[in-house]
Amino acid sequence: MPASVGDVVRWLSKMIDVIHENKEYLTELDSAIGDADHGINMDRGFQAIAKKLPELGNMTDIGAILKACGMTLITTVGGASGPLYGTAFLQAGTALVGKQELEPADLLIAGEAALKGIVMRGKANLGDKTMVDALTPAMAALKEALAAGANAAEALEKASAAAETGMKGTIPVQARKGRASYLGERSIGHQDPGATSSFLLVRTMAEIADEVGF
Amino acid sequence: MKKLINKPEDVVKEELEGMVLAYPSMVKVSLEPKFVYRADAPVQGKVALISGGGSGHEPMHGGFVGKGMLDAACTGEVFTSPTPDQMLEAAKKVNGGAGILYIVKNYTGDVMNFEMAADLARSEGMKVQNILIDDDVAVKDSLWTAGRRGVGTTVIAEKITGAGAEKRYDLTKVADLCRRVNANGRSMGLALTSCTVPAAGKPTFELGDDEIEMGIGIHGEPGRTRMKMKSADELTEMLALSIIEDGDYSRTVHEWDEKKGEWVDVTLVNKAFKAGDQVIAFVNGMGGTPAIELQIIYRKLHEVCEKKGLKIARNLIGSYITSLEMQGASITLVRADQEMLELWDAPVKTPGLRWGI
Repeated sequence: MPASVGDVVRWLSKMIDVIHENKEYLTELDSAIGDADHGINMDRGFQAIAKKLPELGNMTDIGAILKACGMTLITTVGGASGPLYGTAFLQAGTALVGKQELEPADLLIAGEAALKGIVMRGKANLGDKTMVDALTPAMAALKEALAAGANAAEALEKASAAAETGMKGTIPVQARKGRASYLGERSIGHQDPGATSSFLLVRTMAEIADEVGF
Repeated sequence: MKKLINKPEDVVKEELEGMVLAYPSMVKVSLEPKFVYRADAPVQGKVALISGGGSGHEPMHGGFVGKGMLDAACTGEVFTSPTPDQMLEAAKKVNGGAGILYIVKNYTGDVMNFEMAADLARSEGMKVQNILIDDDVAVKDSLWTAGRRGVGTTVIAEKITGAGAEKRYDLTKVADLCRRVNANGRSMGLALTSCTVPAAGKPTFELGDDEIEMGIGIHGEPGRTRMKMKSADELTEMLALSIIEDGDYSRTVHEWDEKKGEWVDVTLVNKAFKAGDQVIAFVNGMGGTPAIELQIIYRKLHEVCEKKGLKIARNLIGSYITSLEMQGASITLVRADQEMLELWDAPVKTPGLRWGI
């Protein structure tokens, strides 16, 4: 069954909860190799989306809903994660403009646009110890599963597993982007906070897709 | 944590409220979104200079808003980049029709937020250039990091570029001037103590009683080495030589190409200092350093420069780019030609820097 505006709102609503629940965890990861604000900043942004959720739920264009989320993140999160996640939602929204419901293939279109936006804005490559390390394998897994005929929930489950592997893969790696890069070798042994929040969001998508039978 | 604050979440707002009460003839403030702007903005026909960054570095940047320096400064939370909506609103407020120059310190968040702001401002019909400041020689390896951080040269660049804009240089000329100041500037700092971000409530890093962090960043980022405390002369010499003996520095930055209408990668090179250069020498306190110690540092810096054949043409000594209550200091040297020196001497009237008026 295609995903409706109501399903998209459920996705967003669950993302808001998951980021809030992991606020301290993400901040703790960031304090080891960054500036100890990732969870605080992400939670501020998703709480701002929470305030707009009733209004967003009344819209019919899924692309416009995601674009509004992007602008909210850009204006409230700050740091590097604001422009990166903000751009991701903006690009995903732009890719889906005019859609009132989503087919599984739309997930890939939106996801790839989001990842492209992140790479364009942050200029990170795979292996730089960033959110790209979680999202790149996730999108590859999503694409492969959909091509093999999986439904959205199954494909997102594969994407989530790949994101988790990618996230864990940031632990032994030396950071090359962002504030963690100034630590040099001292960044080795720590899991990247951005890759972690990216995994959490992909996992949330998979869980809700399963619940709503997408 | 002992701090003269009311509530951590109100620190930035209350600072801005204090500023506008203290300096009504120089600045006004917007609280929603947060930025400081020139009391007489917009100045018609003048390129508008806008900078900004996380709070906690006062007087930079809000204290440098006024005649002869910045038109606006966007203030983020402590040590957190401001957001594009602040930068866009500031641009609209101070746009005098001659274009906007965003002066951006090289930190991942700041760079991305100012790039987005520039795209937004251009979509509203403004001409915008972004120039990066990346002068911290403590960061040696630019290929494996986000590049050198923007520190002390920012203050010098905002002063000189501000004077150029005041003389009605056009946007291209103002941007070139700012890039030139950065291309001639190098800095390095050290910390004797850590600092505590109000919202975090505990020190950003730990330092032993007899330890210092050599090459500290202005948000407490790690430097080159952690080492035992030494005398002011020994530490000053280490900072000064790291700057003076730093080789040519090349890196690629993102700049907006007005003709092509897109962001392009530009390779910039900072030439190493050589004997005979004349410089502006800036000794900066990190926030918790007594003025008496800054003079002791300047005394030694002067000697090292002389020995290396650098002529100090102008100096600036004081706490201008701080890290909250951190004890420590940084040194900045900017190679200056005659035009830069004349612009340095030009009148400036801001809460944090005033002369000639």
